[in-house]
Amino acid sequence: MVKVFGGVAVLRGVDLPVGEHSVVALIGGSGSGKSTLLRCASLLETVDDGQVLLDGEDVTDPRVDADQVRRRLGVVFQAYNLFPHLSVLDNVTLAPTVVHGRPKAEAVDEARTLLTRIGLADKAGEYPDRLSGGQQQRVAIARALAVRPRVLLLDEVTSALDPELVGEVLALVREVAAQGMTILMATHEMGFARQVADTVAFLSDGVVLESGPPAQVLGDPVQPRTRRFLSRVIDAGRL
Amino acid sequence: MTGGQPPGAGLPGSGLPGNDPRTRTSAGPAAAERHPVPPPSELELSRRAWRRARGRRSTVVALASTLLFAAVAYLVVTRAPGWPRVRTTFFSPTVAVEHLPEILVGLWLNLQVLVVGGVLVLVVGLLVALARTVRGPAFAPLRILATTYVDLFRGVPLIIVLYLVGFGLPALRLQGVPTSPFVLGTVAVVLTYGAYVAEVFRAGIESVHPSQRAAARSLGLSYRQSMRIVVLPQALRTVTPPLLNDFVALQKDVGLISVLGAVDAVRSAQIAVGQTFNFTPYVVAGLLFVLLAVPSARLADAVTARARRRQQAGGLL
Ligand SMILES: Nc1ncnc2c1ncn2[C@@H]1O[C@H](COP(=O)(O)OP(=O)(O)OP(=O)(O)O)[C@@H](O)[C@H]1O
Ligand SMILES: [Mg+2]
Repeated sequence: MVKVFGGVAVLRGVDLPVGEHSVVALIGGSGSGKSTLLRCASLLETVDDGQVLLDGEDVTDPRVDADQVRRRLGVVFQAYNLFPHLSVLDNVTLAPTVVHGRPKAEAVDEARTLLTRIGLADKAGEYPDRLSGGQQQRVAIARALAVRPRVLLLDEVTSALDPELVGEVLALVREVAAQGMTILMATHEMGFARQVADTVAFLSDGVVLESGPPAQVLGDPVQPRTRRFLSRVIDAGRL
Repeated sequence: MTGGQPPGAGLPGSGLPGNDPRTRTSAGPAAAERHPVPPPSELELSRRAWRRARGRRSTVVALASTLLFAAVAYLVVTRAPGWPRVRTTFFSPTVAVEHLPEILVGLWLNLQVLVVGGVLVLVVGLLVALARTVRGPAFAPLRILATTYVDLFRGVPLIIVLYLVGFGLPALRLQGVPTSPFVLGTVAVVLTYGAYVAEVFRAGIESVHPSQRAAARSLGLSYRQSMRIVVLPQALRTVTPPLLNDFVALQKDVGLISVLGAVDAVRSAQIAVGQTFNFTPYVVAGLLFVLLAVPSARLADAVTARARRRQQAGGLL
């Protein structure tokens, strides 16, 4: 996959298989293109070369209906993108009812179950700007799960959470993964990657420089650049 | 009341959590049980008393300065050498009372144009704004058409549009083209204001952060669904204050349909002036338009203030 912004190739040939039921953590410095990769994968950006394959189908083919493809994806962004004019419950039930045509009552039931799971059942009627950042992010995850996606794309979902809440989200993600969810997530939290991911991929200079099991990539990286990145992260106290 | 409280007297308890207004307003019944709001401390009570006292003081100051200003203005005008003459030709109570009924009847026509025109302006403005923002090569003609319309009718003075529509259209003598000055005047007003309001709507649509569209599209919503469910509701909130301001402007501009010969408030006043050689009817009509505009202007202020408060509340998070 290649993505160019204003003559600069942010991604210049990224190749990253994400197996079914697996959790792939994307790590890399700020500006290395993690968000860009996820935006390309969710077809919010058009790739400048290469392919995105979803269940073997080339979804970057311009003849493919992008709306149809996005219905099979769940995306949670770096910044909260809840709809401020809709209540928490309406945020979560919007896509199931409007896009997937599920009955309202059923969607509401499911949404309440999801909200209970993330510990925000009592906030169903609130508006997003009344929630803390961490609460908003958990609702965003619930909203993405509500469409029962084939793949969950998470962009630094824990970066806004209190340490005690990170564990909660981690458990949620692990639980979702155990139910067969395929997850591709960008993260700065190496501890999180180590605990949840099956595969860690280090993105640098527009390519996947190194990828493998978390123990190997995070514990004993082959590439000097990965070592340097990780030592900087350790200095910052994030491992 | 308790304004004389020595500072710091109520310090114990003032450091309690739970005085945060957000906890108070947003907590549901369940949360309220978990965190009962403690009774206000002495310190808080003295603060509230001080704020109340300050509020009363500002009211008195505002009242006094307004009265002073009015008195000065009154003296300057009434001592002007030409004042007696101006008073009889512009402010004659007898002429005012005599011609008020027909001016009011005329104003009723203005009101009708205002209501019908106002609704149509909203519809035209929204449709044109959507046409200008729609993407895709197939819609290029639509975009060009909408842009041309906006450029044209924002540039041409309303009075010229009134002449062209009011006298040009009927002159074509096409079948089905209305000839009533009421209809033609409304059309002209809608054409001009539709262009302004389209730009207001477009600005509102573009002010919705792109990440909102991204979030909507990533959920699988189509372009139309994202627009209808996510972007437009947020845009409408933003544009309500400027729209109300445009409405205030429209209220006085509906008086211009008199140039087409429609017997509205302005035209009625003109006829009365012609009969009496006294300008008081114009003053009466003018005052009536002001009376009409004041409530909307205050409403616009209130809505703007509320929008600003909401924004600030969001900014604290
Ligand atoms: N729309 C855009 N237009 C131009 N340049 C962009 C755009 N989006 C991203 N970039 C550039 O692409 C590079 C990668 O950005 P990206 O947001 O993907 O980084 P990231 O790895 O997610 O960083 P972070 O960890 O800080 O979130 C950056 O240099 C950024 O400036
Ligand atoms: Mg990023």
